[in-house]
Order: sequence, then structure tokens, then C-alpha cells
Amino acid sequence: MTTSATPRAHPGFIATPRASLTPRPPARTPGQRGAPAVDVRDFSFAYGSRRVLRRLSFGIERKSVTAIIGPSGCGKSTFLRSINRLNDLIPGIRHEGDIMVEGTSVFSPSTDLVRLRQQVGMVFQRPNPFPKSVFDNVAYGPSLNLLVARRDLPDLVERCLRQAVLWDEVKDRLDEPGTALSGGQQQRLCIARALANRPEVLLMDEPCSALDPVATQRVEELIVELKRDYTIVIVTHNMQQAARVSDFTGFFDRGELVELGETERVFTSPAHERTEAYITGRFG
Amino acid sequence: MTALPERAVTPTAAGSGTPLLERGSGGDRIFQTVLTLGAVTIPVLLGFLVLELWTGARLAIGKFGLGFVTSSTWDPVAEQFGALPLIFGTLLSSLVALVIAVPLSLGVAIYLTEFAPKVIREPVAFLIGLLAAIPSVVYGLWGIFVLIPILRTSVFPLLRDTLGFLPLFQGPIYGPSMLAAGIILAIMVMPYIMSVSREVLLAVPDTQREAALALGATRWETVVTTVVPYARSGIIGAVILGLGRALGETMAVTMLIGNRHEIAASLFAPGYTMSAAIANEFSEAVGDMHLSALAYVAFLLFVVTVLVNAGARLLIWRVSRGSAAGGKAL
Ligand SMILES: Nc1ncnc2c1ncn2[C@@H]1O[C@H](COP(=O)(O)OP(=O)(O)OP(=O)(O)O)[C@@H](O)[C@H]1O
Ligand SMILES: [Mg+2]
Repeated sequence: MTTSATPRAHPGFIATPRASLTPRPPARTPGQRGAPAVDVRDFSFAYGSRRVLRRLSFGIERKSVTAIIGPSGCGKSTFLRSINRLNDLIPGIRHEGDIMVEGTSVFSPSTDLVRLRQQVGMVFQRPNPFPKSVFDNVAYGPSLNLLVARRDLPDLVERCLRQAVLWDEVKDRLDEPGTALSGGQQQRLCIARALANRPEVLLMDEPCSALDPVATQRVEELIVELKRDYTIVIVTHNMQQAARVSDFTGFFDRGELVELGETERVFTSPAHERTEAYITGRFG
Repeated sequence: MTALPERAVTPTAAGSGTPLLERGSGGDRIFQTVLTLGAVTIPVLLGFLVLELWTGARLAIGKFGLGFVTSSTWDPVAEQFGALPLIFGTLLSSLVALVIAVPLSLGVAIYLTEFAPKVIREPVAFLIGLLAAIPSVVYGLWGIFVLIPILRTSVFPLLRDTLGFLPLFQGPIYGPSMLAAGIILAIMVMPYIMSVSREVLLAVPDTQREAALALGATRWETVVTTVVPYARSGIIGAVILGLGRALGETMAVTMLIGNRHEIAASLFAPGYTMSAAIANEFSEAVGDMHLSALAYVAFLLFVVTVLVNAGARLLIWRVSRGSAAGGKAL
């Protein structure tokens, strides 16, 4: 890796020092803290004849935030949806290689999909609460997967709503439909819903793209908060957001991982020209 | 008036300007008038219809009053009439039809939207839709020649042997019966319920399915806990559409129901419906009172249909509160 003596400054990205949110540990590369939580092994993916991901190999560190950035159509969502095999529904998909989540193969025929998806939660680009009550939205996963006894559900729901910093806003309207909340509240409800399933890994696909700046800020704070307990992979088009919330940043381009490293390093001294072009907005 | 010669002098300007003006004022006004007339005509026609039924039924209403609804006598010779067996038959045959048709059509709709291979989805839906285009007299004939023999020789005896402890499945087996009519009605309303609920299920956003799947639901659990609840008010709408068809269906029913003015506990027994009685007896009715009684029946059929629909709409309204699909699906 190239380490320039005088790191080029990108004040736009680093203006909000994420170090103020989390004390920065000494420099390290993914995988140094033992086996990665998500281990991508020579993974390729295609929709029919359209190859979308090419031979990805990297690890995602446990209890950290990894941001995936890259131009539109480069395969970021496809990658996320491969980790919990949400692409399975699409006919004609093909893949090679494998992804390991906490040591278990995602694509092995013996994989228990229900278990995998309980282990790997997902938050989508557009908030998609069920047209059920706020309570039932959060309780959906745990009651489906029988994670807790029925009488313990209220506690769990409250805990997850608190974790998602939504409790104060909805504690008096738990019976109201989740769809009646504001967009930002809905997204936090979806995060609470994912947390209630007690996942180990949380995938977030542009979770703030439908939110206003205030709601975005709340969700970002929440993400930083959550990495104490969860391994988070977040796809974002917002460079500042990646810089603010993530510990590691991976840059995808045309289905390839161009580079992956500590966020500060990637943003201040990208190892690859394409990365630099992209993060400085000179891409194309 | 003064504008006319000016237009003639400058044909180019007039040619481009005048039509625009006319389109803006005259054309729009005509269009609006036509549409308004059309919109007004329908309630007015409906009003006339009710009025006509009412005047036609006045004689019977005067003689029997509300007792017409609770009496079971139907004796044209003695000029004694009561519509209870007809009302009962209409409601029961439709109920039987729904009990059979709703689970089947929903099952097919769910299979076609969620599980079937992509290539067969559209063709099968199209074929089922075609069933709606078959004239009801054809259903009636098919019922007489195919359905009733099968029912009489195998289905009814089987039902009597297995479920015979219920009064519904006791008594002699003739063939033409409430159950036969209910089954043919079920077959006739299935395409409607199936097509509409399929549309409604298709309209459920994929993000809902993904939300459930990503939380560890199986595909089946996704359908039961997410897709169907999301679409529930639309599905109820589909059922109401089917119910409306079943309540008014005449030809196939009268060919299979046995046409007897009786209330029987057994579904094997013949019965009668309001629409079937009107169709059968209207041309043969001799006395004024008989005709008037039939008009009264028609009036009641109208009332029953309106009540059932109003009740169903109330149900949708109650159910759709809190549902994203809401009443939009209708
Ligand atoms: N269901 C699908 N069938 C076929 N091709 C698909 C499908 N979904 C995505 N693709 C293609 O795969 C490529 C990668 O898509 P993907 O959604 O992963 O991109 P992305 O990086 O998430 O883009 P964006 O930033 O716009 O969300 C695109 O070229 C897209 O057209
Ligand atoms: Mg995407």
C-alpha cells in the first residue's frame, strides 16, 4: 500500500471528524482481529449472462462499520443481497466462490436459510415497515423465529426501539400502524425490526437515501452506536456519510473490489487512482 | 358578428387562432355536458328501476306487507305468497358457493403469484379468466349432464357417509339440489375472485416480501404473514365481487337447484332462489297478484343485494384501517 508522506487533504470529507464520535484505535487492516465476521472468498455473481461481481475476496471485520461505495450499477446491492441470499428469488442467477458468515458457508446446500437470515439482518433503501402496528413490526422476527417467550416480547420490543432511538417518539403509539410514522421514523422502525431478530451482522443498503438531513443524522448516530454490538456493512452514495460512520471503506467499480482499507486512509490517500477519482467527484 | 369579416380577410391568422378558441370553449362544454348527462343518467335509471319494482309490487305489498318476507307459502292458485324460501335459497346457495370458491380461488391466486414457475403464470391466469366468458346456460347444461350425475353417484353418497352426522348432509339424494347449485355457482364465481385477488397480490410491493424474507420468514410464512395481510382489503373486495355474481346468477342455478319453494336443512334437498323464481314464473304468471308477488321478490332481491354489498363495504372499511393497501385495491 502506498503511504504518502504528506497525506493529501480532502477537507470536504474529513471536515466532520468521525474521531470525535469514536476514539480511533491504532491503525489496523481488516482481519487483524482474528477471523472476519464475513469472509468473502473468490466470490463472483451473475444475473443470467450479465456478470455483476467478479472474484471478490476480502474480509469484513467484526463489530465495526464497513462502508461500500462505488458508482451506480457496480454491484453494491447485489453484494449485500448475496450475503443473506436475498437474490435467491431472482431466476437465472449464478455464483462462484463462497461467502462465510461467522464461519458458516452461505451458499452450501446445507445452509439453513432461516437461520442465516436471522443472523444477518437487513435494512433497505426505502423504509418498508409492514402495515401492522409498530409493536408487531418489531415483534415480527422474534415471534416468527421463536427467539423469546411471548411474554418477553414487550421487553424486547421496547429494548430494540430504544436501541433504534425511536422509543420516545412511539411509546404512546405502539398500536398505530408502522406505516403511519414519518419516513425517518419508519426507517428507524425497520432498524429496530432488524435488531429484534438478534442478528450478528447488519446490512444496510443506502439506509438514508430517502431521509431528510435530520433523520439522516439520527440514523448515522445510531449506526455508530450499534457497532458496539453488531458487524455493520453499509452501502452509501454519500462520501461524507461513509467518512463519518465507517471504520473501513471498500470501493467497488464494475463488480470488482478496487480497494478496501481504513476509512481515513482510503479518503486521505487512496491507493488506487480510480478510488481517488471517485471520492473526489472526478469520476467517469 | 363584426369578427366574421375580419376572419375572412386574414385567413391564416383565423385558421390558426379560431379552432383553438372553439376547442377551449365549445368543445369542452359539449364534452362536459355529455359526461355529466352520462353520470346523471345512471342514478336516475336506478331510481326508475326501483320505482317500477315498487309500483309493480304495490298490490302484493298491500296484501302481504312485511309478512311476505317471513312466510313460506307459495300458492298461486290460492294467491298466497311468501318469499322466505327464496331469500333463504339465494343466501344459502351463495354462501355455499363462497365457502367452496374462496379458498380455492385464493389458493390458485397465491400459487400463481408467489410459487408457480414464471412461464405458466400468465397462461393459467388467462385460461381461468376465460372461464368467466362462458355463458351461464352452458354451465347449466354442463351441470345437468356432467356435474349432477357425478354428484349423485359418488360425491353426495360419500359426503353422507362421512359427514352424515351433520343435518346438512342428511336425507334423500335427488341430484338437483342446493349443493349442486352452490357448486356450479362456485365454479362460476371462481374466475372473478381468482383474477381480482391475483391482481391485488401482484400489487403487493416486493419490498414487503423482501422485508419478511430478510427477517428469516420462509416463502410460505412470507405469504401468510405479510403478503395476504397486506392485500386483505383487496381480497375481501374480490370476494364481494364474487358474492355479487352469485346472488344474482339465474340461469345455471335454476337448472340445477330443483326449483322447489321449500326450506330444508339438508343441502341435498332442492331449493329455489329469488332470481330463479322470477325467471321461471314471470312468463307463466296469470293472476295480477302472482305477477305482483314476483315484482315484490325482485324488489327484495334488490334490497338484499344492496344490504350485502353495504355490509361488505363496511367490512372492507373496518379491515383496511391500518392497512397500507387500504381501500385503494378496490
Ligand atoms: N434482478 C436483476 N436482474 C438482472 N440484472 C440486475 C438485477 N438487479 C441488478 N442487476 C444489474 O446488476 C448490476 C448491479 O446492480 P446493483 O443493484 O447491485 O448495483 P448498485 O451498485 O447497488 O447500484 P446503485 O448504486 O444504483 O444502487 C446492474 O448493472 C444492474 O443492472
Ligand atoms: Mg443499490
